[in-house]
Amino acid sequence: MSVIVTDAGFAATDWAADLDAAEILTLPSDTKPQDVDLSGAPKLVRVEFPSSADGRGFTIARVLRDHGYTGKLRATGHVIADQYAMARRCGFDDVEISDDLAARQPEDQWKFRANWQQNDYQSRLRGA
Amino acid sequence: MYTYSEFDKAFLAERNAQFRAQVERRIDGSLTEEEFKPLRLMNGLYLQLHAYMLRVAIPYGTLRSAQMRQLALIAEKWDKGYGHFTTRQNIQYNWPTLRDVPDMLDALSEVEMHAIQTSGNTIRNVTADHFAGAAADEVGDPRPVAELLRQWSTDHPEFQFLPRKFKFAVIGAEADRAVIRAHDIGIQLVEKNGKRGYRVLVGGGLGRTPMIGKVIRDFLPEEDLLPFSEAIVSTYNILGRRDNKYKARIKITVHENGIETYKELTEARFAELRPEFEGVDQQILANIKSQFAAPAFRNATTEAYDAAYYSDPVFRAWADTNLSAHKAEGYAIVTISLKKHGETPGDATADQMRLMADLGEKYSHDDIRISHEQNVILPHVHKSDLPALHAALKTQGLATANIGLISDIIACPGMDYCALATARSIPVAQEIAQRFDALKMEHEIGPLKIKISGCINACGHHHVGHIGILGLDRAGVENYQITLGGDGTEEATIGQRTGPGFSYEEITNAIERIIKAYLAHRDSADETFLETYRRLGADPFKAALYPDKAEGKSNAA
Ligand code: SF4
Repeated sequence: MSVIVTDAGFAATDWAADLDAAEILTLPSDTKPQDVDLSGAPKLVRVEFPSSADGRGFTIARVLRDHGYTGKLRATGHVIADQYAMARRCGFDDVEISDDLAARQPEDQWKFRANWQQNDYQSRLRGA
Repeated sequence: MYTYSEFDKAFLAERNAQFRAQVERRIDGSLTEEEFKPLRLMNGLYLQLHAYMLRVAIPYGTLRSAQMRQLALIAEKWDKGYGHFTTRQNIQYNWPTLRDVPDMLDALSEVEMHAIQTSGNTIRNVTADHFAGAAADEVGDPRPVAELLRQWSTDHPEFQFLPRKFKFAVIGAEADRAVIRAHDIGIQLVEKNGKRGYRVLVGGGLGRTPMIGKVIRDFLPEEDLLPFSEAIVSTYNILGRRDNKYKARIKITVHENGIETYKELTEARFAELRPEFEGVDQQILANIKSQFAAPAFRNATTEAYDAAYYSDPVFRAWADTNLSAHKAEGYAIVTISLKKHGETPGDATADQMRLMADLGEKYSHDDIRISHEQNVILPHVHKSDLPALHAALKTQGLATANIGLISDIIACPGMDYCALATARSIPVAQEIAQRFDALKMEHEIGPLKIKISGCINACGHHHVGHIGILGLDRAGVENYQITLGGDGTEEATIGQRTGPGFSYEEITNAIERIIKAYLAHRDSADETFLETYRRLGADPFKAALYPDKAEGKSNAA
């Protein structure tokens, strides 16, 4: 089982549980984001993080957003609480972690960075 | 000089509060060392051989006097009364205790400084020409650009977990005083048809596989810098190798894929990113530039300087080696040597820092620089103030007249502090400096750059030393390899290995043999070591280093 993290903390249920497999696109971390085919209009794109030291998923998310993907984006795997703000700023909507990780990094550590929109140099320089 | 905006202040305050909480969680045991490690690294805190080490960024090597005084206070209050200036315009404190680090960071934030991104696989402190804003030969001051890059790279959400660390350096002149060709990205301010822009290099680096950076854009319009930099790093984040730490730097990515492919991918990504930067960044840059306006230089006689120069030989020797040409008439750029013979290169005590702060305030328009060559620079000193400045420097052992000479050695911390070291480097630098001081040959030898690294990571830039020394471990014994002919300037060249290495006991003798060969072979006292090497190649130096082998060769022939 896994836990879905949003700005509100650990979600009680996963909204995506009802989606058809065909509506979900899962991308491994070695995906070349410029080649991803979004023509099937997936409702959810899951980007895998095999290790918290592997930051490729952040660029994958940014490129998908720049290519016009407006559906839900989910970071899944070994993402740690201190990366939550990075994931949100790169365009992810939520993060999916294992029960094990959720036990080690409880909800308060994730909610601590729910303020990810503040103090963000990028949105300042881009003049949003 | 740049002062923090409200935004910068709020960002730093929040970041320091976060780290304070993390340290508390580490101390009360709710974080293991393994979990704490990435968090402390994001804030410049390393675990070294004997203790924690805090690496503080000095963005583009520029300090105000108040900042230098605060560095002195931190050294005294929470360390052993000194700090170590590094080859990347940082200062390292070698003995802090974990519990004190949040207070040290708060003390730094009082003077608008931090230790963020001085470690980890992210964009590190942006370095710049240490003569910026003062050099006679520059197109423009590179520091505003470096400050813009600092803001853009700080906490950049996409680039905190790159394949490997990532370093920018910026210059504003043809002369390369920041070794941009050995950086992941090197940026040079240029002018074309009256318009300001940048030459951008990518994929340089030293370490295990030294490479010279390649041009990825010969002229990038000024307003394209952030999206273009973002495109380069974004491409690297996807393409860079993560299977082998030693092949993970962008120099290998560019080398393996070819600069043409790398350029194509970058340009494609750039086209996507360009529209996101709507011009606010350029307004911010304009504001930063206004804060770096040149000081009001005065028009005064230099008689006091001329008098001292002719009457005081000690002053004259110092003036001849430690001054550089300034763009304003009557002014000089002063380099204060942190390489007194027998001392640790780059170390400064709290008292020395305070004196330099006072002198910077009094004589250099409150502007102080740290060079990648581990010296301190007062960039704007009127010549008439030099005799008084020199007298003051003498009181703290800071008047060594050796800039650019054989004892002005770059040495990494090596085995004395660094957990990765395979050999000592500081004592080697000390012994070489003392040897040539005792022989009184330093000024006769003239311009010469010796650079020493204590392991293959090359933090001491040995590849680009005219004489490079690399300390290795051969079956538990220190062994020093020598390279010759390296050059870190705009003519960037990687030095060539001479042959088998030398033991710790032999290395200073080996350097002396190289120097004697140079003195015997140079065509005049005006021909520098590097020029002689370029004219003759390695052979005469190898013959001096390995006499037995040379004989064996001629016998066989
Ligand atoms: S070159 Fe090696 S020994 Fe020297 S500071 Fe770098 S990692 Fe440490």
